[in-house]
Parts: sequence; C-alpha cells; structure tokens
Amino acid sequence: MQSLDQIFVTGKQWLLAFLPEALQPVGSILLVIAAIFGVFATLFAVTTILERKILGRIQNRFGPNRVGPFGFFQPAADGIKMLTKEDIVPRDADKIIHFLAPLALIIPVALALSVLPYGRNMVPVEFDAGLLFFFAVGASTELSVFMAGWSSRNKYSLVGAMRGIAQMISYEVPLVLSTVTVIMIVGSLSLVKIVEAQSGFLFGFLPSWHVFTPWGFAGFFLFMIAATAESNRSPFDLPEAESEIIAGYLTEYSGFKYALFFMGEYWGMFAISGLSVTLFLGGWNAPFPFLQFIPSYIWFFTKLVLIIFTFIWLRGTVPRLRLDQLMSFAWKFLLPLALTNIVVAAIWFFSRALQFPGALGLRWIFCAAILAVSYVWLGRGVAQAQRAKRVYQYAE
Amino acid sequence: MAIETTFQPKATLGRTAPGNYTLLPKTPAGAIGGIDGTVLEVAMGPHHPSTHGVFRMDVSLDGETVVKLKPVFGYLHRNHEKIAENTTYLGSVPYTDRLDYLCSMTNNWAYALSVERLAGLQVPERAEYIRVITAELTRLVNHCSLIGFLMQDMGAMGTPLMYAFREREKILDLFESLSGSRMMCNYMRFGGCRCELPSGWIEQAKKVVTSFPEFLDHFEALLSENEILLARTQGVGVLSKELAINASITGPMLRASGVNYDIRKVDKYGIYDRFSFRVPLGEHGDVFDRYMMRVLEMRESLKLLEQALAQIPSGPIIDPKAKLRGFRQKPGEAYARIEGPKGELGFYLISDGSPNPYRYRVRPPSLINLTILEDMCLGQTIADAVIILGSVDIVLGEVDR
Amino acid sequence: MLGTGIIKGMVETARNFVGSYHDPERLTTVQYPEERLAPKENGRSFPFLVFDGNDQQAGLRCVACQICEKECPPQCIYINKSKDKKPDYVGKLQFYPATFDIDISVCMSCQICVEVCPFEAIKMDQVFELSTSDRFGKLLLHKPQLAKPNEYFHQLHPTDANEVDARLGEEKRKAEAKAAAAAAAAAAKLAAPKPAPDEPTKAT
Repeated sequence: MQSLDQIFVTGKQWLLAFLPEALQPVGSILLVIAAIFGVFATLFAVTTILERKILGRIQNRFGPNRVGPFGFFQPAADGIKMLTKEDIVPRDADKIIHFLAPLALIIPVALALSVLPYGRNMVPVEFDAGLLFFFAVGASTELSVFMAGWSSRNKYSLVGAMRGIAQMISYEVPLVLSTVTVIMIVGSLSLVKIVEAQSGFLFGFLPSWHVFTPWGFAGFFLFMIAATAESNRSPFDLPEAESEIIAGYLTEYSGFKYALFFMGEYWGMFAISGLSVTLFLGGWNAPFPFLQFIPSYIWFFTKLVLIIFTFIWLRGTVPRLRLDQLMSFAWKFLLPLALTNIVVAAIWFFSRALQFPGALGLRWIFCAAILAVSYVWLGRGVAQAQRAKRVYQYAE
Repeated sequence: MAIETTFQPKATLGRTAPGNYTLLPKTPAGAIGGIDGTVLEVAMGPHHPSTHGVFRMDVSLDGETVVKLKPVFGYLHRNHEKIAENTTYLGSVPYTDRLDYLCSMTNNWAYALSVERLAGLQVPERAEYIRVITAELTRLVNHCSLIGFLMQDMGAMGTPLMYAFREREKILDLFESLSGSRMMCNYMRFGGCRCELPSGWIEQAKKVVTSFPEFLDHFEALLSENEILLARTQGVGVLSKELAINASITGPMLRASGVNYDIRKVDKYGIYDRFSFRVPLGEHGDVFDRYMMRVLEMRESLKLLEQALAQIPSGPIIDPKAKLRGFRQKPGEAYARIEGPKGELGFYLISDGSPNPYRYRVRPPSLINLTILEDMCLGQTIADAVIILGSVDIVLGEVDR
Repeated sequence: MLGTGIIKGMVETARNFVGSYHDPERLTTVQYPEERLAPKENGRSFPFLVFDGNDQQAGLRCVACQICEKECPPQCIYINKSKDKKPDYVGKLQFYPATFDIDISVCMSCQICVEVCPFEAIKMDQVFELSTSDRFGKLLLHKPQLAKPNEYFHQLHPTDANEVDARLGEEKRKAEAKAAAAAAAAAAKLAAPKPAPDEPTKAT
C-alpha cells in the first residue's frame, strides 16, 4: 500500500537517477511541469465531456454520445475543431495584447496549480507561503480578462471585461478572508502543513477536516461561493453572460486562442477547487480510517471531482445574478459573514483551553449559533426581494 | 442613481402623452449624448442570442444602465398581408400558421373566425369544442416555452427550457396526430375543423392534461422560490396599469399590470361562456408578475381543458354550407379577435367579391406589446432589458409579419 | 431564509438527473438514425400522386384539372395538360398531366392540394429524408418520381385510403351499372351487340 501511495514519488526518483547529478534539479522541474500539464489537460478534457453529459442528464437529454464510446472522445473532436479553425483577430484590435491575453491567463493558473499538495509527499513546489503564492498568482488572472476585453475593440468585450474586473476584485476579498480562519487555526501558510493538520480522526472515526467545524463549514461555504465567482461559473458568469453580452470578453476570440481561454478557465476552476479541498476538505486525507489503504492522490482527485460536480449541478439549476446584486451580495453578505467567521474562528481557537467534559459540544453550539444568527440576519438584508410571498387575485 | 435622459415620447411620436407618464426620469434637455461621451451605444441584435429572433435594440448605456432604447424590427418581414391579399381565403390559412409559429392553432382560429363572420358560417358544436381544446393546449405550449425562454434569458443554462420543451413535446405529439404537423397545424377551416379527431385522441389528451399539473408543481419548485429569480424579476420592468391601457397592451402582460381584460370573458367568442375559469390578475406589473401570470393561466387552462374534454359532444365537425374550392364572398368587411396566448389576436378582412380578400390586416399582439419596451427598460440595466424583452413574449414571425 | 429556494431547485434538478437514468418518460430524445418514431397516420411531408394498378401512366388518377395548381398557397405545383385523353378509373376519357412538377423546396406541406383535389389523386407523403446536393434540380420532383401506387397510400394513411377506395369503388360500380344499363338500352334499341363507346374495356 505504501508503495502504491508513493508510486509517483518513487517513479520520479527512479527516472531522475538516469540523469547526471548536475541536471537532476532541471529534470525534476521539467518532469513536474510535464506532469501538471498532462494531468490537468486530461482532467480538462474529461471535465468538458462530463459537464456536457451531466448538464444533459439534468436537462433530460443524453448529452454528446456520438464520438467514441458514450461520446467520450468528444473532447478530442472538439480539440481538433478548435485547432483547425481560423484564428480571427479584429482589424482594429490591439493585436499584441489580444495575442497575450490567453497566455496571461494560462501561465498564472499553471503556477497556482504547482503549489497544491496532490498527495502524500506529492507537492510540485513546496513553499512555506504556498497559500500566499496561490493568491498572488491567482489574482493576476484578472489582468488577462481585462486585456482580452480591452484589446478586442468590441463593446460587448469591453462591458464583459468591466464586469469581470469588478466581480473578480470584489470576490477576492471574501475569498481571502475565508481562508484567514484556516491560517489562524493551523498557524501556517504552508499548504502541506494545512493538510497535515487535518489528518487524524476525532473519536477514532470522524475525520478532523476543517469543514466539520462551525468556522470551517462557514469558511468552506463562503470560499465556495467566492470561488464560483472567481472562476466565472454560473450563477456568477456575468463576464461572459451569453444572453446579455454575447460572450463577454471572449466575443472576439476564436480557434486556438479561444480554446486556451477555455482551458485556462477550467484550470482556474481546478486550482481553486483544489485549494478548497486542501484547506477545508482534508486535502489528500481519507475520510475514514478503514479507507486509508486507498492512495492519497486518489482521495484528492475524488474530492476535486465532487466539487466540480457541484459546480456543474449548480450551473444546471440557477439563473444568473445581475451586476448590482452580485456586488451587494459580495459586500453586504459575504464580507460581513467572513469577518464574523474570523471572530468565530478566534473564539474556537482560544476556547481550546476549556477541557471540561462536554466542552467540545458547548464550543460547537456557541460558534454555530453565532454563525447561524448572522447568516439569517445578513441574508434577510440581502434578499430584499423575498419580502412577502405574493398572492394573486382572480377575476371571474 | 439618477439617469439623465431627454427621451420624450411626446416629442418623438407627435401625440399627447398620457398624464401619468412619469416612468421616465425627466431631466434637462440635451443630456443624452451630452454625458461627455460616456454613453456607450450598443446595437443588440439582429443576431444577438437573446432577442428571440431577428430583432434589434439600439441601446445607449451609461455604464450598464439603459438610458435610451430603440427597438428596430422588420428583419423578418415577409409580406404576410400582401401575400394573403393575393391568395385565396383558404390559401391564407397555412400562412397564418407562420405568424406566431409557436401557436398556430390560435392563429388559425382567429383567421377562421373572421372569415366566418364575413361569410356568416355557423360552426358545429363539436368543432367549437375541438377549437377550445386545441386553443387551450396551444396556450400551454406557448406559456411553457415562454417561461423557458425567459429563464434562458436570465442565464439558466437551458434547464427550465428543456423541462418546458419536454412537456411541450407531448402536446405537439397530440397536434401531430391530429393535424399531421407538429407546429404548422393548418387545422381550422371556415365553418369548422379540417378533419375528425383520430381514435383515442381524447384519451391521450386527457392523459396529458392530468399529468400536466404535476409538471407545473415541479417547475414551480425549481423556479418560483429561487432567490436569484426573485431578485432578478421583482420590481424590474414595471408597467403601470394606466400606461398598459394607454399603450393598448393585451394579454398576460396587461393582466400582470392588474387590468381585468380577457377576451375570452369579454367577447365570449366560441363557446367560452360555457366553461368556468378564472382570470389571474397581477398587482405590480413587473417581470415576476408576468411570469406568474403565465403559470397561473396555465393552471386555469388545464381546468378549462378538463371541462372541455369531458363535455365534448359527437356530431359533424364542419358546417355543411362551407366550401373549400372556389370560396368567395359578397363584398363586406369583418373583424374578429380572440384571446391568443400572447394577447388580442385579430384579423380584419375586406371582401370585394373576388376569391381573395381586398384587404387583410393582422392585429398582432406581439408587435403592440413590444412598442412599450423602451418605457419599461429605461433606468434598468442591460441585463434587465434582456429579461424584460423576454417577458413581453414576442415571436418575431408575428412582429414583422 | 436565504438559499432555501436554490436548494429546492437543486433537489429538483437532482431528481431529474437521477430520473433521466431510470425513467424513460423523461428522456424524450430519439436517437435519430438508429431509432425512429413510428410515423403518425395523419403525418404529412410532401404531396405525391396516386395511381391505381401497376402502370403509373395508365392508372394515374390525376386528370390535370389544375385546381391544386391554382389553390396551392406558395404556387409550387406546375402542370401541363396533355393534348390527348385517357380513360380514368370509371372509364371516362379524361385529360392527364403531360408533366406534373412539384418544387418541394417551395412546398410548405400545408395539404391544401389534397383537400381541394376532387379526384383523390394527390395525397401527402411521409418521407422526410430528401436532402440532396443539388438545390434546384433534385428538389423539383417530376411525374415519375411523384407517382406512387395506391398500396403505398394504403400503407401511409390506411383509414383515409380505405374510405377513398370505398367511395371510388362505389362510383365505379355505379358508373359500370350505368354503362351496362346504357349498353343494354342501346343494344335493345339497335339490337346490335357492339358495346357502347364509353364502356370500360381495360380499366379494371
């Protein structure tokens, strides 16, 4: 079991042994880059087909099922189509920026992917400040959205870019604030340490993941909402709102550049879902002690896929918010709740000293009550539309 | 924020605006275009994903706020009225299918009714029942798809639309087995209907009608309480009662503004006086009310259908005096209107004794409901403009004719 | 509370997601080239011409009266009347269409030609796989392509076809009886065994 768990680590070392000692660091880096690109490009392909099939099933359709068995070669067909399409650049576009925008998306996202711990001893780049690095590079994807929207010289693109910037910057705040709780409790910015802090089991069978604490649950909830907005997924897909502004900042992109954007967005989604797995869902830890024989990386990717499934499920259910509602949701609901959550996390942290029997339950109830009350109170403020259920009259 | 605009229908239309015309924020003249170049003029359409066909909205945006909106239509104009004036009375029936291509049965009925008025034909009782049944089924089809389209405009990845279409399929199957075509039914004839109901049709229809309320319940569970939908629709695109009346809005849109006006009740054409059904009325006149009007009307239509399907008598389905070949009328004129799913659908005919009408005029509900679009959209955002357009329920085949 | 409506909606979509795997009622899609819907009896696509018997020229019911050509709303039927005549199903000599073309790129499948035809000669087909690479030539159907036997009509619209056959059979019987009576009268009058000129000889 141990060997299966560490198969990629040992495999890499075995491969590196063929290289002369001086080249080994370079070889190691190249191997990691190849692995990240290979794994996530595959995951991207699988996700696109799964998304279309799941959305299809949600809508009582079959989804694509023509290419290959159950349509699973559809991404390959799509890829060929994208590559062979004409790459149209508008005449008046700022051609250099128009060309650079997809790269400005894909490179930071790939960098962000490199700090996540995918399994036991499987972290491509081990940073002490991994979380900080993640947010630093993750935030620069906003630049790409604006580059794309501005350089296209299209009104829809511009509106989409404006929306994108406003939305992503606003949601960055609750996103970061909701992770502050984890940093407070664990006391480290290192993602590896955060995962290790969540290993072990409460009473021998309950996983001690952060999501199973009041502050962790609230943090996870806030993080996932903000992550949905950061990755421009429905119901926060305003920057590329199809029914309003055609395709937003992607309007003037076609062919391979569009495919790159598409892939970049999915990678962004993987990165942020991976981070939420790491921070709140125990990273590569198994949920139950008797399931620990399954390799750690499988647990990580299972959780990742589950989160992606939730994204798809949500996408198949809800309509889109309006920009002002989106903003008020971020600033009037998520931000106060995230700040409350920091206070709750502090209470949780300092009440660890209480050691009388039932202390855990008491801490639980107290923290959960604070969060629930503030949730209901803040929620009532934000959902002004839910004032009164309308009653309709009939004329005979 | 205060929107500065000088849009004045008084000035542009050259007629006196109603006294209650206070929807528009009135500001000093010369504001528009004079907002130091910050107004973004966007031509939404004619090939925009959510204009329901080939329709253009010339929108001026201040940020995301609509300060001016000019609807431009006519891209789908295909000379419907002139064609009808050059073809026989019978030959226009299939063309009326293509007016509002979602509800061909009601279009057929309105046209048949006006020709019957012109020719003084009587419709047998069974045919009247069949007309009511098909028209109410058409209402279900139309309202179902409308809600789906509206949600699509709101950005709900097609899920409500697909559910709506799933149920619509069942009704279209009924139409197909009845008339041979799913959408272009071409079923009504002057003085009755074209063909007898196929065997087992009533039972099939009953099955569809009994399973429909369950679908509506699930549909409403998906939508009616969704916070995002409520936030997006309530208080958006408000159309006041007076403005709705002054702009001669009809149909669910008028009733959403709280005006009790349903031609099925007012005119009692056909045999609508025999059934008991109610007319839901809105209060706020916003997009949510328009959405709810459709849902509630579907429920009332189902009641109506149950009664009609239970009571349908046997007998002939077409007036023996009616003739298909060489149908010509004495000089005269007739206007007939029905409560189409979208509003008052009327046909005006003048005969000069020849085989074709001398003048043929359609009163399309979509077009007239669309004229008020700008007043509902001003001051709202571009995202709202899209759903307001969706809630008007237009079919460009009927708007442009 | 905020979020309950969305959760309700998500339960609804989950129900549909799971339901689509085990409830065939939900999946209305038909996987077209492999699966096909059973044609409906009233279904209609484009018109065809009915002929009796085996010879499509001799048995063609159409008498080139050109009513359908006049009534066709999009004016997509083109008929040229023949110079000579041929006997129809009751044996009466009638014109026949020398050419009969339907432009199905214009036809809107409205069935008005069928309704106005007094001779039950034109009926609605149900074929729909008619795509071609030639936009003009191949979508203009000529008489040989349009003429289809009565059995085909029976296959598509059995109820309608049986009714039509019964009516035509009745008319034919009447015509034959009338002809026989006329022949008998003529025979009695002229005492000549020669059959009347309009006696059907080969039209059976």
